[in-house]
Amino acid sequence: MSTRSARSILPGFGLSLGFTVAYLSLIVLLPLSAAFIKTSGMSWDAFVEAVASPRVLASYRVSFGISFLAALVNSFFGLIVAWVLVRYPFPGKRVVDALVDLPFALPTAVAGIALTAIYARNGWAGFLEPVWAGGVGRLEHWFPWGHWAEWLGLKIAFDRPGIFIALTFIGLPFVVRTLQPVLEEMEPELEEASATLGATRWQTIRKVIVPELMPALITGFAMAFARALGEYGSVVFIAGNMPMHSEITPLLIITKLEQYDYKGATAIAVVMLVASFGLLLTINLLQKWTRRHHKI
Amino acid sequence: MGSAVSHLHKSGPDRSHTSRATRDSAWVRWTLTTIALVFLLGFVLLPLTAVFVEALRKGLDVFLHAFTDSDALAAIKLTLVTALIAVPCNVVFGVAAAWCITKFAFRGKSVLLTLIDLPFAVSPVIAGLIFVLLFGLQGWYGQYLNAEHPWFPWIQQWLVEKDIKVIFATPGIVLATIFITFPFVARELIPLMQAQGTDEEYAAVILGANAWQIFWRVTLPNIKWGLFYGVILCNARAMGEFGAVSVVSGHIRGETNTMPLHVEILYNEYQFSAAFAVASLLALLAIVTLVLKSFIEWRHARS
Repeated sequence: MSTRSARSILPGFGLSLGFTVAYLSLIVLLPLSAAFIKTSGMSWDAFVEAVASPRVLASYRVSFGISFLAALVNSFFGLIVAWVLVRYPFPGKRVVDALVDLPFALPTAVAGIALTAIYARNGWAGFLEPVWAGGVGRLEHWFPWGHWAEWLGLKIAFDRPGIFIALTFIGLPFVVRTLQPVLEEMEPELEEASATLGATRWQTIRKVIVPELMPALITGFAMAFARALGEYGSVVFIAGNMPMHSEITPLLIITKLEQYDYKGATAIAVVMLVASFGLLLTINLLQKWTRRHHKI
Repeated sequence: MGSAVSHLHKSGPDRSHTSRATRDSAWVRWTLTTIALVFLLGFVLLPLTAVFVEALRKGLDVFLHAFTDSDALAAIKLTLVTALIAVPCNVVFGVAAAWCITKFAFRGKSVLLTLIDLPFAVSPVIAGLIFVLLFGLQGWYGQYLNAEHPWFPWIQQWLVEKDIKVIFATPGIVLATIFITFPFVARELIPLMQAQGTDEEYAAVILGANAWQIFWRVTLPNIKWGLFYGVILCNARAMGEFGAVSVVSGHIRGETNTMPLHVEILYNEYQFSAAFAVASLLALLAIVTLVLKSFIEWRHARS
């Protein structure tokens, strides 16, 4: 470490690195390790009991399932939004572009109560609820083998669709902002060459553009998914929070804390931490791969 | 993770394609633009509008009354104090981290970069939880509070006498906020300083400048817009943080409630207009942040 930096004539290496590592350790690493240390004191049976009881398993299904769906929908619409913002000129583009960051800048609690005001039965878009319930009813009628009403919920706010809406809202900027720079860097010559070689526009999109965008799209998806997994503020207002049905894992952690079940709460937190660190690692590897691939 | 959102990206060369081979037909353009706009208006602009309309629904008097309440004022004050401590801490860290990462070569740099990103991947609720584990009554700190230390018995006496609390008090709220906003400034500065390289600093050294002169006269002027953007983003998140603060605050009215927590309490008490009034102040902060961001990007693109 010192041998290589000694060659630099710039001052402040020791001071800045020392401060960075000390601050990082005190604020992030030490507190995070507390969660793992607390859990390591538990017996294996107690740990499994805490992280795999039916109510906790149900919360994983809600959190992971709906976060996945929301990230998927975000990838689709985020791709369209990024494409339109980079490729097509239209009036008011600058404002629309700024709007994309709003879910990131708006405090989550504010987003939560605003979305609830819109999607509650007596809210702005309250007319959607009977429409939704009718659709689910029809699914039950046509495909009687599925538990449609239970999976999809009959209400929008205070039920699973509300969670989906909140998680889609907060995940959107991640997909758009990951795709935008890649789209901007993409050389039009590639598409021109493809067209010269006789490809139709659709073939060019399928065989040239999509493969080029894929790593960034997956990165954006993973970021939106990771963010949605941990989200709390916007969801609790709109979810209804019924145990076994519309209770997300972060809320369950808080519930356990309020019952002074610190070990139970920490054990679940460790499971979530491992999941999100795995995602973070995947994202970093993907980004490294993309950078090498594109030589940005 | 948040890096993708926070980067100031220069609007690239105009890609409004003119060559026929790369231009989509008019109906494709119209359809995609319409889908994108409808999605953004419905999903993003509608909630923002809802905040202000609901806040003003019962008239301006009710709206303004929400801010004269002493609990609301205490919440606003606590939010400001928290941001005033958390943001400068993370600015100092961000500058130091960006300096050593971008100006020097050393082993373990990529590990350090990943560790800086770590708080992005942690749920706010878990961020609060870990500080409860450390500083709660049953935690590492609590043991000093609850029992005499075998070597330093005066610690307990001192802590109890001065009534020094971390959890369910301001220090816990500040710590949780620092954790949540930890990477913002660093993540903003690192790509910027990486792109700028070290040539100008080398020139300053050769011309005989000392460390402070290099930083204040060469580096800082170069990074000021990126730094400013990092600060406003960090500030917006610090003032708006809900999950982490909710876990460590204890929700004591007029004492440990920040603005987002005050919104929650009002909302749960069915004082919807007041809740949306306080929320509109936070929404306004988000709008100002985005306007400033657009302004900085515009400056950045021009220079």
